[in-house]
Amino acid sequence: MASHVTVAGDLPVYDFDVVRKFTIMAVVWGIVGMAVGVLIASQLVWPEMNDLFQPYSHFGRLRPLHTNAVIFAFGGCALFASSYYVVQRTCQAALFGGWLIPFTFWGWQLVIVLAAITLPLGYTSAKEYAELEWPIDILITFVWVSYAIVFFGTIVKRRTAHIYVANWFYGAFIITVAVLHVVNSAAVPVTFWKSYSAYAGAADAMVQWWYGHNAVGFFLTAGFLGMMYYFVPKQAGRPVYSYQLSIVHFWALISMYIWAGSHHLLYSALPDWTQSLGMVMSLILLAPSWGGMINGIMTLSGAWHKLRTDPTLRFLVVSLSFYGMSTFEGPMMAIKTVNAMSHDTDWTIGHVHSGALGWVAMISIGAIYHMLPLLYGRQSMFSVKFINIHFWLASIGTVLYVCAMWVNGIMQGLMWRAFNQDGTLTYSFIESVQASHAGYLVRLIGGIFFLSGMLLMAYNMYRTINQPANQAAVEASDQDRLHASAVGSQNVLGGLS
Amino acid sequence: MMDIGTLGIISTLLVTIAFFGVCFWAFSPALKKRFEEDAKLPFADELNVSEKLDESKKIISLDDKKVK
Repeated sequence: MASHVTVAGDLPVYDFDVVRKFTIMAVVWGIVGMAVGVLIASQLVWPEMNDLFQPYSHFGRLRPLHTNAVIFAFGGCALFASSYYVVQRTCQAALFGGWLIPFTFWGWQLVIVLAAITLPLGYTSAKEYAELEWPIDILITFVWVSYAIVFFGTIVKRRTAHIYVANWFYGAFIITVAVLHVVNSAAVPVTFWKSYSAYAGAADAMVQWWYGHNAVGFFLTAGFLGMMYYFVPKQAGRPVYSYQLSIVHFWALISMYIWAGSHHLLYSALPDWTQSLGMVMSLILLAPSWGGMINGIMTLSGAWHKLRTDPTLRFLVVSLSFYGMSTFEGPMMAIKTVNAMSHDTDWTIGHVHSGALGWVAMISIGAIYHMLPLLYGRQSMFSVKFINIHFWLASIGTVLYVCAMWVNGIMQGLMWRAFNQDGTLTYSFIESVQASHAGYLVRLIGGIFFLSGMLLMAYNMYRTINQPANQAAVEASDQDRLHASAVGSQNVLGGLS
Repeated sequence: MMDIGTLGIISTLLVTIAFFGVCFWAFSPALKKRFEEDAKLPFADELNVSEKLDESKKIISLDDKKVK
Protein backbone atom coordinates (compact mmCIF):
# COMPACT_ATOMS: atom_id res chain seq x y z
CA MET A 1 0.00 0.00 0.00
CA ALA A 2 1.30 3.38 -0.95
CA SER A 3 2.13 5.56 1.99
CA HIS A 4 -0.65 7.96 2.77
CA VAL A 5 1.84 10.68 3.55
CA THR A 6 3.96 10.38 0.43
CA VAL A 7 4.65 13.55 -1.47
CA ALA A 8 6.58 14.03 -4.63
CA GLY A 9 9.09 16.76 -5.31
CA ASP A 10 10.91 19.24 -3.12
CA LEU A 11 9.66 20.27 0.23
CA PRO A 12 8.89 23.99 0.29
CA VAL A 13 10.90 26.61 2.13
CA TYR A 14 8.92 27.15 5.30
CA ASP A 15 8.12 30.62 6.60
CA PHE A 16 9.73 30.52 10.03
CA ASP A 17 10.27 34.26 10.43
CA VAL A 18 6.83 34.81 11.97
CA VAL A 19 7.22 31.65 14.08
CA ARG A 20 10.48 33.00 15.55
CA LYS A 21 8.87 36.34 16.37
CA PHE A 22 5.87 34.77 18.09
CA THR A 23 8.10 32.33 19.99
CA ILE A 24 10.30 35.08 21.42
CA MET A 25 7.28 37.20 22.33
CA ALA A 26 5.63 34.24 24.04
CA VAL A 27 8.57 34.12 26.46
CA VAL A 28 8.64 37.90 26.87
CA TRP A 29 4.89 38.20 27.56
CA GLY A 30 5.04 35.13 29.77
CA ILE A 31 7.51 36.95 32.01
CA VAL A 32 5.48 40.18 31.98
CA GLY A 33 2.17 38.44 32.70
CA MET A 34 3.59 36.22 35.43
CA ALA A 35 5.45 39.17 37.01
CA VAL A 36 2.12 41.01 37.27
CA GLY A 37 0.73 37.80 38.77
CA VAL A 38 3.46 37.79 41.41
CA LEU A 39 2.75 41.47 42.14
CA ILE A 40 -0.98 40.95 42.68
CA ALA A 41 -0.28 37.81 44.74
CA SER A 42 1.90 39.97 46.99
CA GLN A 43 -0.93 42.52 47.24
CA LEU A 44 -3.09 39.81 48.78
CA VAL A 45 -0.36 39.10 51.33
CA TRP A 46 0.56 42.74 51.99
CA PRO A 47 -2.35 45.06 51.07
CA GLU A 48 0.01 48.08 51.17
CA MET A 49 1.36 46.85 47.82
CA ASN A 50 -1.85 48.21 46.27
CA ASP A 51 -0.59 51.72 46.98
CA LEU A 52 2.52 51.58 44.82
CA PHE A 53 1.02 53.89 42.21
CA GLN A 54 -2.66 54.40 42.89
CA PRO A 55 -5.11 54.05 41.27
CA TYR A 56 -3.25 52.25 38.45
CA SER A 57 -1.59 49.69 40.69
CA HIS A 58 -4.80 48.65 42.40
CA PHE A 59 -5.53 44.90 42.48
CA GLY A 60 -8.83 45.42 40.69
CA ARG A 61 -7.05 46.98 37.70
CA LEU A 62 -4.00 44.74 37.64
CA ARG A 63 -5.85 41.44 37.98
CA PRO A 64 -7.44 41.62 34.48
CA LEU A 65 -4.06 42.76 33.16
CA HIS A 66 -2.53 39.58 34.61
CA THR A 67 -5.20 37.27 33.17
CA ASN A 68 -5.14 38.93 29.74
CA ALA A 69 -1.35 38.92 29.61
CA VAL A 70 -0.88 35.27 30.52
CA ILE A 71 -3.83 33.91 28.52
CA PHE A 72 -3.84 36.03 25.39
CA ALA A 73 -0.30 37.42 25.27
CA PHE A 74 1.74 34.44 26.53
CA GLY A 75 -0.68 31.66 25.59
CA GLY A 76 -1.78 33.44 22.41
CA CYS A 77 1.78 33.96 21.12
CA ALA A 78 2.63 30.34 21.95
CA LEU A 79 -0.44 29.19 20.01
CA PHE A 80 0.31 31.43 17.03
CA ALA A 81 3.94 30.26 16.95
CA SER A 82 3.23 26.56 17.33
CA SER A 83 0.22 26.51 14.98
CA TYR A 84 2.18 28.28 12.22
CA TYR A 85 5.05 25.84 12.78
CA VAL A 86 2.92 22.70 12.92
CA VAL A 87 0.60 23.54 10.04
CA GLN A 88 3.54 24.16 7.71
CA ARG A 89 5.44 21.06 8.65
CA THR A 90 2.51 18.64 8.67
CA CYS A 91 0.99 20.09 5.47
CA GLN A 92 4.43 20.43 3.88
CA ALA A 93 3.47 23.84 2.63
CA ALA A 94 4.68 27.36 3.33
CA LEU A 95 2.25 29.73 5.04
CA PHE A 96 -0.50 31.21 2.88
CA GLY A 97 -1.56 34.82 3.10
CA GLY A 98 1.27 37.21 2.11
CA TRP A 99 1.05 40.44 4.14
CA LEU A 100 -1.62 38.95 6.38
CA ILE A 101 1.10 36.83 8.04
CA PRO A 102 3.10 39.76 9.51
CA PHE A 103 -0.21 41.53 10.18
CA THR A 104 -1.26 38.75 12.56
CA PHE A 105 1.99 39.27 14.46
CA TRP A 106 2.03 43.06 14.65
CA GLY A 107 -1.74 43.27 15.09
CA TRP A 108 -1.66 40.85 18.00
CA GLN A 109 1.24 42.73 19.65
CA LEU A 110 -0.72 45.97 19.27
CA VAL A 111 -3.73 44.36 20.97
CA ILE A 112 -1.50 43.31 23.87
CA VAL A 113 0.08 46.75 24.24
CA LEU A 114 -3.33 48.43 24.12
CA ALA A 115 -4.57 46.02 26.80
CA ALA A 116 -1.56 46.82 28.97
CA ILE A 117 -2.35 50.54 28.68
CA THR A 118 -6.16 50.57 28.95
CA LEU A 119 -6.67 48.06 31.76
CA PRO A 120 -4.57 49.90 34.39
CA LEU A 121 -6.29 53.12 33.27
CA GLY A 122 -9.57 51.51 34.26
CA TYR A 123 -11.14 51.04 30.82
CA THR A 124 -12.99 47.75 31.00
CA SER A 125 -16.21 46.18 29.78
CA ALA A 126 -16.19 44.17 33.02
CA LYS A 127 -16.61 40.81 31.27
CA GLU A 128 -14.13 38.27 32.57
CA TYR A 129 -11.39 37.38 30.02
CA ALA A 130 -13.13 39.83 27.65
CA GLU A 131 -12.45 43.09 29.50
CA LEU A 132 -11.06 44.99 26.54
CA GLU A 133 -13.21 47.82 25.22
CA TRP A 134 -14.88 47.78 21.81
CA PRO A 135 -12.20 49.46 19.62
CA ILE A 136 -9.69 46.81 20.74
CA ASP A 137 -12.32 44.09 20.23
CA ILE A 138 -12.68 45.17 16.60
CA LEU A 139 -8.90 45.03 16.12
CA ILE A 140 -8.89 41.52 17.65
CA THR A 141 -11.56 40.47 15.15
CA PHE A 142 -9.44 41.67 12.19
CA VAL A 143 -6.35 39.89 13.50
CA TRP A 144 -8.30 36.72 14.18
CA VAL A 145 -9.92 36.60 10.74
CA SER A 146 -6.45 37.08 9.20
CA TYR A 147 -5.17 34.26 11.38
CA ALA A 148 -7.96 32.01 10.10
CA ILE A 149 -7.17 32.91 6.48
CA VAL A 150 -3.45 32.19 6.96
CA PHE A 151 -4.05 28.92 8.80
CA PHE A 152 -6.79 27.46 6.63
CA GLY A 153 -5.20 28.82 3.46
CA THR A 154 -2.08 26.83 4.36
CA ILE A 155 -4.19 23.72 4.89
CA VAL A 156 -5.87 24.22 1.51
CA LYS A 157 -2.50 24.35 -0.29
CA ARG A 158 -1.09 21.33 1.59
CA ARG A 159 0.85 18.66 -0.29
CA THR A 160 -0.21 15.81 1.97
CA ALA A 161 -3.45 13.92 1.40
CA HIS A 162 -4.39 13.87 5.06
CA ILE A 163 -4.84 16.78 7.50
CA TYR A 164 -2.92 15.78 10.62
CA VAL A 165 -4.96 15.72 13.85
CA ALA A 166 -3.02 18.60 15.46
CA ASN A 167 -4.37 20.88 12.72
CA TRP A 168 -7.92 19.78 13.48
CA PHE A 169 -7.51 20.96 17.05
CA TYR A 170 -5.84 24.22 16.01
CA GLY A 171 -8.59 24.76 13.43
CA ALA A 172 -11.39 24.18 15.95
CA PHE A 173 -9.66 26.61 18.32
CA ILE A 174 -9.42 29.33 15.67
CA ILE A 175 -13.02 29.00 14.44
CA THR A 176 -14.61 28.72 17.86
CA VAL A 177 -12.66 31.60 19.39
CA ALA A 178 -13.78 33.79 16.46
CA VAL A 179 -17.45 32.93 17.12
CA LEU A 180 -17.10 33.33 20.91
CA HIS A 181 -15.33 36.66 20.65
CA VAL A 182 -17.78 38.22 18.19
CA VAL A 183 -20.90 37.06 20.05
CA ASN A 184 -19.75 37.90 23.57
CA SER A 185 -18.14 41.23 22.69
CA ALA A 186 -21.27 42.54 20.96
CA ALA A 187 -21.87 45.88 22.65
CA VAL A 188 -23.41 49.31 22.26
CA PRO A 189 -20.64 51.93 22.27
CA VAL A 190 -21.32 55.08 24.27
CA THR A 191 -17.98 56.81 23.90
CA PHE A 192 -14.68 55.69 22.37
CA TRP A 193 -13.68 53.90 25.59
CA LYS A 194 -17.06 52.96 27.03
CA SER A 195 -19.69 50.48 25.88
CA TYR A 196 -22.53 48.43 27.27
CA SER A 197 -23.14 44.75 26.57
CA ALA A 198 -25.73 43.94 23.92
CA TYR A 199 -27.33 41.48 26.35
CA ALA A 200 -29.07 42.03 29.67
CA GLY A 201 -29.52 40.26 32.99
CA ALA A 202 -29.27 36.48 33.20
CA ALA A 203 -28.90 36.23 29.41
CA ASP A 204 -25.83 38.45 29.60
CA ALA A 205 -24.39 36.24 32.32
CA MET A 206 -25.06 33.13 30.27
CA VAL A 207 -23.47 34.57 27.11
CA GLN A 208 -20.47 35.69 29.18
CA TRP A 209 -19.89 32.24 30.69
CA TRP A 210 -20.65 30.44 27.46
CA TYR A 211 -17.76 32.57 26.22
CA GLY A 212 -15.71 32.24 29.40
CA HIS A 213 -15.83 28.51 29.64
CA ASN A 214 -15.17 28.02 25.95
CA ALA A 215 -12.22 30.36 26.21
CA VAL A 216 -10.96 27.64 28.56
CA GLY A 217 -12.23 24.83 26.34
CA PHE A 218 -11.02 26.08 22.99
CA PHE A 219 -8.34 28.69 23.62
CA LEU A 220 -6.68 26.99 26.60
CA THR A 221 -7.52 23.37 25.73
CA ALA A 222 -8.15 22.64 22.05
CA GLY A 223 -5.30 24.86 20.88
CA PHE A 224 -2.85 23.33 23.33
CA LEU A 225 -4.06 19.83 22.48
CA GLY A 226 -2.99 20.66 18.92
CA MET A 227 0.41 21.39 20.42
CA MET A 228 0.31 18.10 22.32
CA TYR A 229 -0.47 16.01 19.23
CA TYR A 230 2.55 17.36 17.41
CA PHE A 231 5.24 18.03 20.00
CA VAL A 232 4.78 15.00 22.25
CA PRO A 233 5.23 12.53 19.36
CA LYS A 234 8.12 14.59 17.95
CA GLN A 235 9.99 14.90 21.21
CA ALA A 236 9.38 11.25 22.09
CA GLY A 237 10.44 10.22 18.57
CA ARG A 238 7.42 8.02 17.99
CA PRO A 239 3.93 8.47 16.56
CA VAL A 240 0.97 9.16 18.82
CA TYR A 241 -0.27 6.13 20.80
CA SER A 242 -3.57 5.77 18.95
CA TYR A 243 -4.52 7.89 15.98
CA GLN A 244 -8.00 6.40 16.05
CA LEU A 245 -8.46 7.55 19.63
CA SER A 246 -7.31 11.03 18.62
CA ILE A 247 -10.20 11.23 16.12
CA VAL A 248 -12.79 10.22 18.73
CA HIS A 249 -11.06 12.58 21.19
CA PHE A 250 -11.42 15.50 18.79
CA TRP A 251 -15.10 15.08 17.95
CA ALA A 252 -16.14 14.24 21.51
CA LEU A 253 -14.21 17.15 23.03
CA ILE A 254 -15.43 19.87 20.68
CA SER A 255 -19.05 18.72 20.82
CA MET A 256 -19.09 18.59 24.65
CA TYR A 257 -17.22 21.70 25.75
CA ILE A 258 -19.64 24.14 24.17
CA TRP A 259 -22.44 23.12 26.63
CA ALA A 260 -20.58 23.35 29.92
CA GLY A 261 -20.46 27.13 30.50
CA SER A 262 -23.50 27.35 32.77
CA HIS A 263 -21.60 25.51 35.53
CA HIS A 264 -20.12 28.95 36.32
CA LEU A 265 -23.62 30.14 37.25
CA LEU A 266 -24.91 27.41 39.58
CA TYR A 267 -27.47 28.63 42.13
CA SER A 268 -27.88 31.88 40.17
CA ALA A 269 -30.90 33.43 38.43
CA LEU A 270 -30.22 31.19 35.43
CA PRO A 271 -33.07 28.69 34.68
CA ASP A 272 -32.54 25.57 36.74
CA TRP A 273 -32.52 23.18 33.76
CA THR A 274 -29.67 25.21 32.21
CA GLN A 275 -27.65 24.81 35.39
CA SER A 276 -28.27 21.06 35.46
CA LEU A 277 -27.35 20.77 31.78
CA GLY A 278 -24.06 22.55 32.44
CA MET A 279 -23.33 20.24 35.36
CA VAL A 280 -24.11 17.04 33.41
CA MET A 281 -22.17 18.12 30.33
CA SER A 282 -19.20 19.03 32.52
CA LEU A 283 -19.24 15.56 34.07
CA ILE A 284 -19.36 13.89 30.64
CA LEU A 285 -16.39 16.04 29.57
CA LEU A 286 -14.18 13.97 31.82
CA ALA A 287 -14.27 11.15 29.25
CA PRO A 288 -12.86 12.94 26.18
CA SER A 289 -10.42 14.90 28.35
CA TRP A 290 -8.95 11.79 29.86
CA GLY A 291 -9.03 9.99 26.51
CA GLY A 292 -6.77 12.69 25.14
CA MET A 293 -4.51 12.73 28.17
CA ILE A 294 -4.06 8.96 28.06
CA ASN A 295 -3.36 9.16 24.33
CA GLY A 296 -0.61 11.69 24.96
CA ILE A 297 1.00 9.95 27.90
CA MET A 298 0.84 6.47 26.32
CA THR A 299 2.75 7.84 23.34
CA LEU A 300 5.75 7.40 25.61
CA SER A 301 5.15 3.69 26.17
CA GLY A 302 8.45 2.00 25.45
CA ALA A 303 10.29 5.31 25.61
CA TRP A 304 9.87 6.17 29.27
CA HIS A 305 13.64 6.10 29.76
CA LYS A 306 13.85 9.30 27.71
CA LEU A 307 12.28 11.18 30.62
CA ARG A 308 15.48 10.65 32.59
CA THR A 309 17.64 12.56 30.17
CA ASP A 310 15.25 14.87 28.33
CA PRO A 311 13.78 17.69 30.45
CA THR A 312 11.86 19.04 27.45
CA LEU A 313 9.96 15.78 27.20
CA ARG A 314 9.43 15.94 30.96
CA PHE A 315 7.75 19.34 30.56
CA LEU A 316 5.42 17.88 27.95
CA VAL A 317 4.52 14.77 29.95
CA VAL A 318 4.07 16.54 33.28
CA SER A 319 1.82 19.05 31.53
CA LEU A 320 -0.39 16.13 30.54
CA SER A 321 -0.49 14.93 34.14
CA PHE A 322 -1.67 18.36 35.24
CA TYR A 323 -4.17 18.35 32.37
CA GLY A 324 -5.53 15.05 33.69
CA MET A 325 -5.71 16.39 37.24
CA SER A 326 -7.45 19.64 36.36
CA THR A 327 -9.92 17.96 33.98
CA PHE A 328 -10.86 15.63 36.82
CA GLU A 329 -11.13 18.47 39.29
CA GLY A 330 -13.20 20.64 36.92
CA PRO A 331 -16.12 18.21 36.46
CA MET A 332 -16.06 17.53 40.19
CA MET A 333 -16.34 21.25 40.98
CA ALA A 334 -19.20 21.50 38.47
CA ILE A 335 -21.33 19.19 40.62
CA LYS A 336 -23.88 21.46 42.26
CA THR A 337 -23.30 20.29 45.83
CA VAL A 338 -19.51 20.59 45.51
CA ASN A 339 -19.87 23.97 43.86
CA ALA A 340 -22.02 25.13 46.78
CA MET A 341 -18.83 24.97 48.81
CA SER A 342 -16.15 25.79 46.24
CA HIS A 343 -17.84 28.76 44.55
CA ASP A 344 -16.09 32.13 45.09
CA THR A 345 -13.34 30.48 47.15
CA ASP A 346 -9.63 30.16 46.36
CA TRP A 347 -10.26 26.57 45.29
CA THR A 348 -11.41 27.98 41.94
CA ILE A 349 -8.18 29.98 41.64
CA GLY A 350 -6.21 26.84 42.46
CA HIS A 351 -8.10 24.84 39.84
CA VAL A 352 -7.50 27.47 37.17
CA HIS A 353 -3.77 27.61 37.93
CA SER A 354 -3.44 23.83 38.00
CA GLY A 355 -4.60 24.09 34.39
CA ALA A 356 -2.86 27.35 33.51
CA LEU A 357 0.57 26.74 35.07
CA GLY A 358 0.60 22.95 35.00
CA TRP A 359 -1.00 22.30 31.63
CA VAL A 360 -0.99 25.40 29.41
CA ALA A 361 2.31 26.95 30.46
CA MET A 362 4.25 23.70 30.78
CA ILE A 363 3.21 22.32 27.39
CA SER A 364 4.00 25.70 25.81
CA ILE A 365 7.40 25.78 27.49
CA GLY A 366 8.09 22.23 26.27
CA ALA A 367 7.02 23.12 22.74
CA ILE A 368 9.19 26.26 22.75
CA TYR A 369 12.25 24.33 23.97
CA HIS A 370 11.60 21.87 21.13
CA MET A 371 11.16 24.54 18.46
CA LEU A 372 13.82 27.12 19.37
CA PRO A 373 16.93 25.18 18.31
CA LEU A 374 15.23 24.10 15.09
CA LEU A 375 14.09 27.62 14.28
CA TYR A 376 17.60 28.99 14.69
CA GLY A 377 19.55 26.08 13.23
CA ARG A 378 21.14 25.07 16.51
CA GLN A 379 21.85 21.54 17.60
CA SER A 380 20.16 22.03 20.95
CA MET A 381 19.32 24.68 23.49
CA PHE A 382 22.30 26.55 24.94
CA SER A 383 21.96 24.65 28.22
CA VAL A 384 19.93 21.48 28.76
CA LYS A 385 20.85 21.75 32.44
CA PHE A 386 18.98 25.06 32.60
CA ILE A 387 15.92 23.38 31.06
CA ASN A 388 16.11 20.83 33.84
CA ILE A 389 16.36 23.53 36.52
CA HIS A 390 13.46 25.35 34.86
CA PHE A 391 11.44 22.14 34.96
CA TRP A 392 11.89 21.79 38.71
CA LEU A 393 11.25 25.47 39.40
CA ALA A 394 8.02 25.27 37.38
CA SER A 395 6.89 22.01 38.98
CA ILE A 396 7.60 23.08 42.55
CA GLY A 397 6.04 26.48 41.90
CA THR A 398 2.86 24.94 40.52
CA VAL A 399 2.50 22.44 43.34
CA LEU A 400 3.03 25.14 46.00
CA TYR A 401 0.51 27.39 44.29
CA VAL A 402 -2.16 24.72 43.81
CA CYS A 403 -1.86 23.18 47.28
CA ALA A 404 -2.03 26.58 48.98
CA MET A 405 -5.20 27.42 47.09
CA TRP A 406 -6.79 24.05 47.84
CA VAL A 407 -6.22 24.51 51.55
CA ASN A 408 -7.42 28.11 51.45
CA GLY A 409 -10.43 27.30 49.30
CA ILE A 410 -11.75 24.42 51.34
CA MET A 411 -11.12 26.36 54.55
CA GLN A 412 -13.00 29.41 53.22
CA GLY A 413 -15.87 27.26 51.98
CA LEU A 414 -16.22 25.56 55.34
CA MET A 415 -15.94 28.82 57.31
CA TRP A 416 -18.55 30.59 55.19
CA ARG A 417 -21.12 27.83 55.62
CA ALA A 418 -20.58 27.31 59.37
CA PHE A 419 -23.64 28.23 61.41
CA ASN A 420 -24.21 28.59 65.13
CA GLN A 421 -27.16 26.85 66.75
CA ASP A 422 -29.21 30.04 66.70
CA GLY A 423 -28.74 30.37 62.93
CA THR A 424 -26.12 33.13 62.95
CA LEU A 425 -22.85 32.77 61.02
CA THR A 426 -19.97 31.33 63.05
CA TYR A 427 -17.34 33.42 61.26
CA SER A 428 -17.36 36.90 59.83
CA PHE A 429 -15.96 37.29 56.31
CA ILE A 430 -12.85 39.08 57.55
CA GLU A 431 -12.01 36.11 59.77
CA SER A 432 -11.83 33.90 56.69
CA VAL A 433 -9.56 36.47 55.01
CA GLN A 434 -7.24 36.51 58.01
CA ALA A 435 -7.17 32.73 58.07
CA SER A 436 -6.12 32.75 54.39
CA HIS A 437 -2.96 34.76 55.01
CA ALA A 438 -0.57 31.81 55.24
CA GLY A 439 -1.97 30.29 52.05
CA TYR A 440 -1.53 33.58 50.22
CA LEU A 441 2.11 33.70 51.28
CA VAL A 442 2.74 30.14 50.03
CA ARG A 443 0.99 31.03 46.76
CA LEU A 444 3.26 34.04 46.34
CA ILE A 445 6.33 31.84 46.88
CA GLY A 446 5.01 29.36 44.31
CA GLY A 447 4.51 32.17 41.84
CA ILE A 448 8.06 33.43 42.40
CA PHE A 449 9.37 29.92 41.69
CA PHE A 450 7.44 29.77 38.44
CA LEU A 451 8.50 33.26 37.35
CA SER A 452 12.17 32.62 38.08
CA GLY A 453 11.97 29.55 35.85
CA MET A 454 10.70 31.76 33.05
CA LEU A 455 13.58 34.21 33.58
CA LEU A 456 16.02 31.32 33.27
CA MET A 457 14.24 30.29 30.09
CA ALA A 458 14.63 33.77 28.64
CA TYR A 459 18.38 33.69 29.35
CA ASN A 460 18.65 30.21 27.82
CA MET A 461 16.74 31.41 24.78
CA TYR A 462 18.94 34.49 24.41
CA ARG A 463 22.12 32.40 24.57
CA THR A 464 20.72 29.82 22.14
CA ILE A 465 19.85 32.44 19.55
CA ASN A 466 23.19 34.21 19.97
CA GLN A 467 25.39 31.14 19.97
CA PRO A 468 28.53 31.71 17.85
CA ALA A 469 28.18 30.31 14.37
CA ASN A 470 30.77 27.57 14.92
CA GLN A 471 28.60 26.05 17.62
CA ALA A 472 25.65 25.81 15.28
CA ALA A 473 24.93 22.30 14.20
CA VAL A 474 24.18 23.03 10.61
CA GLU A 475 26.12 25.42 8.46
CA ALA A 476 23.40 26.00 5.94
CA SER A 477 20.91 28.72 6.68
CA ASP A 478 18.05 27.57 8.85
CA GLN A 479 15.59 27.75 6.01
CA ASP A 480 17.74 25.50 3.87
CA ARG A 481 17.93 22.98 6.64
CA LEU A 482 14.28 22.11 6.28
CA HIS A 483 14.34 22.44 2.53
CA ALA A 484 14.59 18.80 1.70
CA SER A 485 15.48 17.19 -1.55
CA ALA A 486 13.17 14.82 -3.32
CA VAL A 487 15.62 11.95 -2.96
CA GLY A 488 15.94 12.57 0.73
CA SER A 489 12.24 12.67 1.39
CA GLN A 490 11.72 9.37 -0.39
CA ASN A 491 14.42 7.82 1.77
CA VAL A 492 12.75 9.01 4.89
CA LEU A 493 9.36 7.79 3.86
CA GLY A 494 10.88 4.47 2.89
CA GLY A 495 12.24 4.20 6.37
CA LEU A 496 8.93 5.11 7.89
CA SER A 497 6.56 2.87 5.99
CA MET B 1 -46.07 20.84 17.35
CA MET B 2 -43.02 19.49 19.08
CA ASP B 3 -42.42 20.57 22.64
CA ILE B 4 -38.98 21.08 24.18
CA GLY B 5 -38.99 17.58 25.68
CA THR B 6 -39.42 15.89 22.30
CA LEU B 7 -36.71 18.06 20.80
CA GLY B 8 -34.44 17.07 23.67
CA ILE B 9 -35.07 13.39 23.03
CA ILE B 10 -34.44 13.73 19.30
CA SER B 11 -31.23 15.69 19.73
CA THR B 12 -29.95 13.24 22.37
CA LEU B 13 -30.59 10.35 19.98
CA LEU B 14 -28.92 12.15 17.07
CA VAL B 15 -25.84 13.02 19.13
CA THR B 16 -25.61 9.42 20.37
CA ILE B 17 -25.81 8.09 16.82
CA ALA B 18 -23.19 10.61 15.67
CA PHE B 19 -20.86 9.66 18.52
CA PHE B 20 -21.06 5.93 17.83
CA GLY B 21 -20.75 6.69 14.11
CA VAL B 22 -17.45 8.48 14.72
CA CYS B 23 -16.25 5.64 16.97
CA PHE B 24 -17.09 2.92 14.43
CA TRP B 25 -15.55 4.92 11.61
CA ALA B 26 -12.36 5.68 13.53
CA PHE B 27 -11.88 2.12 14.76
CA SER B 28 -13.02 0.29 11.63
CA PRO B 29 -10.43 -2.39 10.74
CA ALA B 30 -10.44 -1.30 7.11
CA LEU B 31 -8.99 2.08 8.04
CA LYS B 32 -6.49 0.89 10.65
CA LYS B 33 -3.57 0.85 8.23
CA ARG B 34 -4.46 4.27 6.86
CA PHE B 35 -4.56 5.89 10.30
CA GLU B 36 -1.25 4.30 11.24
CA GLU B 37 0.25 5.99 8.21
CA ASP B 38 -1.42 9.29 9.07
CA ALA B 39 0.04 9.16 12.56
CA LYS B 40 3.53 9.34 11.00
CA LEU B 41 2.85 12.69 9.32
CA PRO B 42 4.87 14.73 11.85
CA PHE B 43 7.96 12.72 10.89
CA ALA B 44 7.42 12.84 7.12
CA ASP B 45 9.33 16.07 6.47
CA GLU B 46 12.32 15.73 8.74
CA LEU B 47 15.65 15.37 7.03
CA ASN B 48 18.19 17.14 9.09
CA VAL B 49 20.67 15.91 11.60
CA SER B 50 19.40 17.96 14.46
CA GLU B 51 16.13 16.05 14.53
CA LYS B 52 17.80 12.72 15.31
CA LEU B 53 16.18 11.04 12.38
CA ASP B 54 17.97 7.73 12.76
CA GLU B 55 16.77 7.31 16.27
CA SER B 56 13.14 8.02 15.50
CA LYS B 57 13.24 5.77 12.43
CA LYS B 58 14.47 2.91 14.54
CA ILE B 59 11.80 3.35 17.14
CA ILE B 60 9.03 3.67 14.60
CA SER B 61 9.99 0.49 12.81
CA LEU B 62 10.14 -1.34 16.14
CA ASP B 63 6.77 0.07 16.97
CA ASP B 64 5.30 -1.18 13.71
CA LYS B 65 6.30 -4.73 14.58
CA LYS B 66 4.77 -4.39 17.99
CA VAL B 67 1.48 -3.04 16.67
CA LYS B 68 0.90 -5.82 14.14
